[in-house]
Amino acid sequence: MTWLLETVALLLLVTLVLGLIRIWRGPTIADRMLAAQLFGTTGVGLLLVLAELQQIAALRDVALVLALLAVMAVLAFVARVWRRDPENSADEDPPA
Amino acid sequence: MILIEALQALLLLAGVAFFLVVGTIGILRFPDVYTRVHALTKADNLGLGLIVFGLLLGADSVPVALKLLLIWGLALIASATAGYLVARAARRRGVRPWKARNWENG
Repeated sequence: MTWLLETVALLLLVTLVLGLIRIWRGPTIADRMLAAQLFGTTGVGLLLVLAELQQIAALRDVALVLALLAVMAVLAFVARVWRRDPENSADEDPPA
Repeated sequence: MILIEALQALLLLAGVAFFLVVGTIGILRFPDVYTRVHALTKADNLGLGLIVFGLLLGADSVPVALKLLLIWGLALIASATAGYLVARAARRRGVRPWKARNWENG
């Protein structure tokens, strides 16, 4: 089963790297934030797989905290950063 | 035993495939915020759920299994809430949903 868990962990890492492309390209900060949320969930899955693979039970607690912090980040983003104010157009990237 | 391991492998690989195909390709290829929210929440819920159920079959004890289920439950609530909030914030800011005819304008 070890090879399978290793493969799963590796593919989850690939998902993280591909998610970076969306963070890089934007175009709005909401898209970047969504990719960051995908990071959170993928990271949770990765930590759970690693906890099973390496028999480190504490990593499950880390996964739990990461799941909590990921949603806190999105909540703070929606409540504080991405509010409705038409003057503030700073979230749109200048055309490249 | 071999059946359980085969089922575990199937669930884990299905979960990863879900993350890769639905989550990443969706977030990379979909045109606007709303569709990306859609792709993301599905990957969160079902992808992580499949991985959790795959690991659940190999869990050592009942508390470990319960903790895995707890993490998945938290992720379910979290991604549903976050997806709703992001979509509502986008609508309030006046982000227009993507339509096929303004494909060239992005």
